[in-house]
Amino acid sequence: MADSKPAWQFEVEPRSDASLHLVLGGSWRLRDALPSTTGLEAQLPGVRRLSFSGAGITAWDTGLLTWLARLVRLCREQGIETDTAELPEGVRRLLELAFAVPEKKDAARSGDQPSFLANLGNIALDMWRAAPAMLNFFGEILLSFGRFFRGKAQYRKSDLFLIIQDVGPNAVLIVSLISFLVGMILAYMGAVQLEMFGAQIYIADLVGIGMVRVIGALMTGILLAGRTGAAFAAQLGTMQVNEEIDAFRTLGISSMDFLVLPRMLALLLMAPLLTLYAGIMGVLAGMIVAVGVFNVGAFEYYHETLRALDISQFVIGMVYGTIFGFLVAFAGCLRGIQCGRSAQAVGQAATSAVVTGILFIVIAASLLTILLQKLGV
Amino acid sequence: MTVNAPSKIEVRDMTLAYGDFVIQRDLNFSVNQGDIFIVMGGSGCGKSTLLRNLIGLQRPAKGTVAYAGDDFWAAEPEQQDSLKRRFGVLFQSGALWSSLTLAENVALPLGEYTDYDARTIAEIVALKLSLVGLGDFGDFYPAEISGGMKKRAGLARAMALDPDILFFDEPSAGLDPISSRRLDELILELRDSLGSTIVVVTHELASIFAIGNNAVFLDAETRTMIASGNPKDLVNSDIEKVRTFLRRGEP
Repeated sequence: MADSKPAWQFEVEPRSDASLHLVLGGSWRLRDALPSTTGLEAQLPGVRRLSFSGAGITAWDTGLLTWLARLVRLCREQGIETDTAELPEGVRRLLELAFAVPEKKDAARSGDQPSFLANLGNIALDMWRAAPAMLNFFGEILLSFGRFFRGKAQYRKSDLFLIIQDVGPNAVLIVSLISFLVGMILAYMGAVQLEMFGAQIYIADLVGIGMVRVIGALMTGILLAGRTGAAFAAQLGTMQVNEEIDAFRTLGISSMDFLVLPRMLALLLMAPLLTLYAGIMGVLAGMIVAVGVFNVGAFEYYHETLRALDISQFVIGMVYGTIFGFLVAFAGCLRGIQCGRSAQAVGQAATSAVVTGILFIVIAASLLTILLQKLGV
Repeated sequence: MTVNAPSKIEVRDMTLAYGDFVIQRDLNFSVNQGDIFIVMGGSGCGKSTLLRNLIGLQRPAKGTVAYAGDDFWAAEPEQQDSLKRRFGVLFQSGALWSSLTLAENVALPLGEYTDYDARTIAEIVALKLSLVGLGDFGDFYPAEISGGMKKRAGLARAMALDPDILFFDEPSAGLDPISSRRLDELILELRDSLGSTIVVVTHELASIFAIGNNAVFLDAETRTMIASGNPKDLVNSDIEKVRTFLRRGEP
């Protein structure tokens, strides 16, 4: 970018009355590499007045303005008078405009980064404050359900069906893929051990009970957290950014009823169905592995599966699934509504929805497992 | 004053369309160096679409746009990019990048396309923000400032690289009368001091008469331009639509 000969020229003429006169000429534009001011700055101490002449300037833009502004600011700090009378008219006017508002030092944000301990404390405080917000949200959801069952909820049925379509049928392909894969992995790993005892037939029990009771629900829950929880957070977050949720509030329409309720209902309806479906796909995968790789007869596998599974396993699986569905919807909608007002905030909301959803799922799964064990189911 | 920069825009036989739906056809006009050129017309006539076609966001269905003789849409992508750097755009809502502060917004083009060090860029940014009256607000985020301030910040960013041509999409929309007037004065100052050529899409009559010296009138019904020239002459135009538009409904 630097040519051998710069486009700008300036000369410093010291004058007898302890003043400096700068004669500027040539082209002073941002795209021309502008000269440094350090040489001039060194000559400033002891000077009473700095004047400029710009008759020879052929072209200028804010590059010149910036260079001059720096000098003028320095002069003001050192109490040196400045004379811009011989600069082009436009330069003088814009310089005046630029210096019209004095710099307010306190308006600038402090750029200090808080210390590690302060950060840690802030995180702890944020977590402490998060709990009441979540309880609040939970309460709002219950109230919304109350209105729903009384037939007084303000929402659009078409929205509900659209969301159901997106959450359920549109997810079937990915749920099939993942549950099939997990079923295969389970079958394969279990079979390798069972084969040592000639007990391959029990792959059916392993995969059957495993997928139908818990793992189908877990995989579906995590999948829903990533696929649907993030989507809910992004949708509601963007609505928050666009002030659409504010628009609901000003019209007295409950955004809980209109936005959160259909999403919650959709997941509560679809999650158990998807879980059931995942369980069946897992069993199927197990069958393919057992029959294809480990020489178990197809019919035998089928009978063993029926023997191992009774209706209670399916019900438990669907209970897990429903609870996980609720938690995913909860996390997704909560983070969406809590979203800040920038593009970055929407991204953070979506990420947080997934992480929170998965966290809730893990906690719920652990508690439920212990509970069911105590109940002897 | 940049002496020999022919920042003319030449539009020939341009047709704007979305698929088969024609918005405007047979547009022919020139924007001359130092013009403040107004694109006006009723709502929905395609003013903003025309702007998008002029700044390289959308390809015209037919016709050419030439910047100082260089046909934009016939040029190679690299040449198109360097042509784009010669103009700055103020979008209708400012279109500030929401994750960056105002200072960072203005600094981004400077950081990308100049070799200046951080201190100089910070000074340039401070200067630009002061010129639009936002000198104290460099560290604020777009979500923390008002709509009018967002527009002014958008203007500071559009001016960041001192482009030859500035495009303003409805700059006065949402501004109070005083701010609108200050913006007009700033636009005039930019033309007079820096020699910028400015294209303004607007239908604010006060601004049109205050700053415009050349204009084109787009008609939504016939879907073509029906008048061009200085708004102060067009107010007495033979064409009724143009006359009533510029007289705010009075015949």
